[in-house]
This record gives sequence, structure tokens and C-alpha cells, in this order.
Amino acid sequence: MTSAPTNDIEFRSVTKRYGAVTAVSDINLAVPKGAFVALLGPSGCGKTTCLRMIGGFEQPSEGEVLIAGNVANGVPAYRRPVNMVFQQYALFPHFDVTQNVAYGLKQLRPKLPAAEISRRVGEALEMVRLSGFAKRRIHEMSGGQQQRVALARALVNKPSVLLLDEPLAALDKKLRSAMQIELQTLQRDLGITFVLVTHDQEEALSMSDLVCVMSAGSIRQLATPQEVYDRPADLFVADFVGKTNRLDGVLEAGGAVRLRNGSALASSRSDLAPGAVTVALRPEAIRLSRRSDAAAFEGIVTHRIFLGSAAEYSVSIEGLGDLLVTAERHSQSENDLVAPGERVAISFDPGTAHIFPA
Amino acid sequence: MRALITYVYLFLYAPIALVVLFSFNAGRNASEFTGFSVEWYGKALANPFLITALQNSLIIAVTSATLAAVFGTMAALGLERLGSRARAVFDGLLAAAIVVPGVVIGIATLVALVAVFGVINPAIASLWPGERPPQFGLGYGSIIAAHGLFTMALVTMIVKARIATLGRDIVEASADLYATPLTTFRQIVLPQILPSVLAGFLLAFTFSFDDFIVAFFVAGSKTTLPIYVFASIRRGVTPEVNAIATMVLVASLLLIVIARLLMREKTRKTTAGE
Repeated sequence: MTSAPTNDIEFRSVTKRYGAVTAVSDINLAVPKGAFVALLGPSGCGKTTCLRMIGGFEQPSEGEVLIAGNVANGVPAYRRPVNMVFQQYALFPHFDVTQNVAYGLKQLRPKLPAAEISRRVGEALEMVRLSGFAKRRIHEMSGGQQQRVALARALVNKPSVLLLDEPLAALDKKLRSAMQIELQTLQRDLGITFVLVTHDQEEALSMSDLVCVMSAGSIRQLATPQEVYDRPADLFVADFVGKTNRLDGVLEAGGAVRLRNGSALASSRSDLAPGAVTVALRPEAIRLSRRSDAAAFEGIVTHRIFLGSAAEYSVSIEGLGDLLVTAERHSQSENDLVAPGERVAISFDPGTAHIFPA
Repeated sequence: MRALITYVYLFLYAPIALVVLFSFNAGRNASEFTGFSVEWYGKALANPFLITALQNSLIIAVTSATLAAVFGTMAALGLERLGSRARAVFDGLLAAAIVVPGVVIGIATLVALVAVFGVINPAIASLWPGERPPQFGLGYGSIIAAHGLFTMALVTMIVKARIATLGRDIVEASADLYATPLTTFRQIVLPQILPSVLAGFLLAFTFSFDDFIVAFFVAGSKTTLPIYVFASIRRGVTPEVNAIATMVLVASLLLIVIARLLMREKTRKTTAGE
């Protein structure tokens, strides 16, 4: 009908209701071909429902879901050119590794020659570094290995889109970061569109090209990881992605924000009407110094968390409350590892503060 | 505690042991063991009434258990897709079907069948072009129907419990890998639930094979093994009855062992791969 689609996945005003509950409300989303998109949000925000609507396990109540430019509404899961890696892997317990991976290829009509199937299964197992495990039973494998079988089982079909439902949630931390790199490399090499569902912001930021932050059934922001972190669209995104200090203030007619301790802050936003606002400030955007400074707030360190290469402080500031400050460590610096109880001066660049209507 | 358990088991199994023992009694007396003999086995197997009853029982048990296994499994699969409220209703009805006393099922089935025959038979007779219209009556069909119905509830319960442990995600994974619902059922669901279907079949078979109450109501002129045994002990307990009981006992045990072996064979085969 039109020229080759540039979007592998498209949501057009998609709403999904379960009885009286609206899980997804009027979502518009376009996932470009070959992108790695993360649907990020707290549990119950509708991200998994969106993924399941792409997979064909749920049908939208309203609106259209397009896959590779074709409306997929009503198309059953088994006729969709997408494959999914399930959260609990959903491997077939009565099959061995080879049978699991070959399953999708064996369903194709006209039938693929057996030699072709075994060649592609071999390639897929090699790709996930499980070549020696072809005849292994599923229950004889570790969680990380099962995860890779699930990945091979999906990728062997060369889907146009790979769906990943919290694929790393069941792995331990070390394995998880190894798999993050592996997934990213695979995605780059294969050029397949990946849609990842996660509630782990670190995972979303580190792996994807695009982060789609969701809350209560709608999209709050769709942007690159850097943009989501540096320029959050609203207070929810600022809070959910990364750590954020929230300061209450009042936007005055002159364009300055007056904080509760009386100090004024130049506002970067000209679109806001005067009134109550919330200022969001990243902990690492705040400088902490043992030396007093005229432009700074003064406070007392109440708590310190040692992180190795950095330290996280809780600083109590009169009239403002507690602020979270992350400071990189420089052993030569006079400000390295301030102890709880010490008086410190706090300062930040007004440009790093984000102002949102309260 | 140990003594109590011993007594319980003694109480359970001593009568059965006695039946087996006295089936080898040379004498006629059921309370005095006068010597070893297999004479009564020969007598029992030569008894044409007994053989007919046994055949009837086997035909009824196999047919009703097969029907129960097929329809019970289908019901279990269907119930899984119901909404939670409808499912609660059906779960309750299933449990009720199992706890309803045999007498009630017997009477209810008899009344229902007689009423249905009372409508169907004249209707067919009025439409039948020939001289002798077929007449529906009590017999194989009615016993199979009654047994099939109440053992189906059993199969459904057993298979449902197994499906509940399966989880929806392997079914979804199969669909995700391009398998049609039929293929998913054949390759993923059925292999997983087959042991429970077989177990259900076996239970249904045993229930039907040794059921007396329901069969007694709806058998019509047909005699099943329990009905025959019941009729013959009215003429006194003979070692022949003991011999029959022993043979049935051995056959049931053998059947269960075979089914067990089959189930284990099945899992071993899937382990080895295609």
C-alpha cells in the first residue's frame, strides 16, 4: 500500500482494557527498523501488555498495532513474524536443547530440509556459545544457559522483531551484566529490532538506543537514554530514571524560582506559568566542598555510603531538607571522603536543574 | 502410633488376604481350610455365566474409561480458558459429581434414561418405515453412559491439576514459534499431560469395573461381574467366589503395574529425543 515501512513496530492510539481496568491508554509509538527499544516503567505500567500485544498474546481494545507496516490486529501469535524471549524462558521441558531451538523452524511450511534445520540450529547455538550442549536436557542447565537457549530458540527464526520480557530478571548480577553486553552485541550484529521490557532503569539505559518510559498505561517520554537522563520530560521520568533530589519552590513572574530557604534560582523554562514548581536535581550535578563558598548552601553531612570510586552523601541543609549528593573520588582532592558530621558547602549549576510544575 | 498403623493395615488387608487364601481351599467350607487346591479356579473359569459377566464388565469398563479419558481431558482443557467465576462454578459441580452417592447417581440416571426412552422410542416407532422399529433400552449403553459420566469428573479433576502446573507460557511460547493451536496441543500440551490422562483412564477403569451400585440400577438385563458376584453369594460364599475375587485382584494389580511401566517408558522416550 505504501513504500517500504521504516518502522518495524507501530502503535496507533492503542488502548487495552481488562474489564473496568485500563492497562494501556491511547498509546502512540513507532519503533524504527533495527532499533533497540526499552519499555521502562514500574510494574503495572502497561509495558508487558504492550509487548504481549506485539507478540499477539493480547489484542488491543482500540487502535492498531502494526508490524512491518501491516496491521496485526486479529493476527494470531503463530502468524506473526516476531519471536519472544519469555521472562521464565518457557522452554519445553520434554525436549532437549536442539529440539527446543529447532521447534520454530520445524513449523515452517513448506517444510525446511532437515539438513537446513540442523545447520541453522547449529549456528544459533554457536551464536549463544552453547555448541557443546545440543543434546542437553533443559533441567540439566543453569539459569544463564537456559536463558541462552531461549535466545537461540527465538533468534534461529530470524524474526523481524525480537521481544524480550524482562529476560535478565532471573539472573544474578554478574551474569546479568555479561548478558547485557552479549545482547547488545547480538542486536548490533544481526540488525534485528529488539523490544525489551524492563523495570530496571540501569538495564534500559545501558542497552537500548531508545528508552520509552511508561507509567499508568501511557508513555511519559520516548528518547535516547542520554536525553531521558539529562532532559527528563516530567517529574515522573526524573524520579524513575536515576536518582533525583526534589526541591519545592515558587516560580516568580520575573522568571526566577524562589526556593524554600529563600534563595533564588534562574529558570530555564519560559513556558511555565508562575506558581508552585518542583526543582529536580541529580545527585552528581551537586558539588560538595569542605570550603565555604558565597554562592553555596551550607549543610551537615548526615550519612555517607562508600561506593568505591564514588561516595554518596546525605546532606542536611537548613530550610531545604536532605539532599543526596554523589561525588566522584579524587584521592588528591581535599574534598575526598567527607565524614558524617562535617559541615560542607553545596553548589550546583542552575542549568543542571530541571523545573517542573508541582 | 506404630501399633495403631499396624492395626489399620491389618484391618485393611487381612480380609483380602483371607479371600486369596480361601480361594485355594480344597474343601467347600468358607471358614475352615482343609487343604490346598486350584480346583475352584477351574470351576470359575468353566462357568459360562461368570465369563459372560466378566466380558460385560470389561467391555463396559474399557469403553466408559476411554470416553471418560477423552471427554474428561477435553473438559479440563476447556475449563482452563473459562473466566474465574464460571470456572469456580464448574469446579464445584465437578467436585459434587464425585461426592454424590452412587445410589443417587443410579436412581437419577435410571429415571432420566427411562424418561428419555419413553419419548424417543414411540417417536422412532412412528417414523420407522419398516415393521420392527429399533427400541432403546437399558443395557451396555446405559451402563457405559452412567459410568462414563461420573468417571469423567475424575479424569477432569486429575488432568486439570496437571494443567495447572504447566503454566500458560509454554503454550504461548509454542504459538510464538509459529505452531498452530493443534500442533501446540499435540507436541507441547499432550506429552506433558499424557501421564495424568493415563492415570485418569486407569482410575475410571477401576471405578467402572468394580462399581456395583450404579450398574445395578441401570444394567437392565445385563450382568456385570460385581452384579454376578452379588447374586451368587446369596447362595452362600463359596471358594469359587473367592477365586473370582483373587483373579480380579491380580488382574487389577497387573494393569496398574503395566500402566506405570508405560508411563515411565514414555518419559524415557522423550528423554532420548526423536
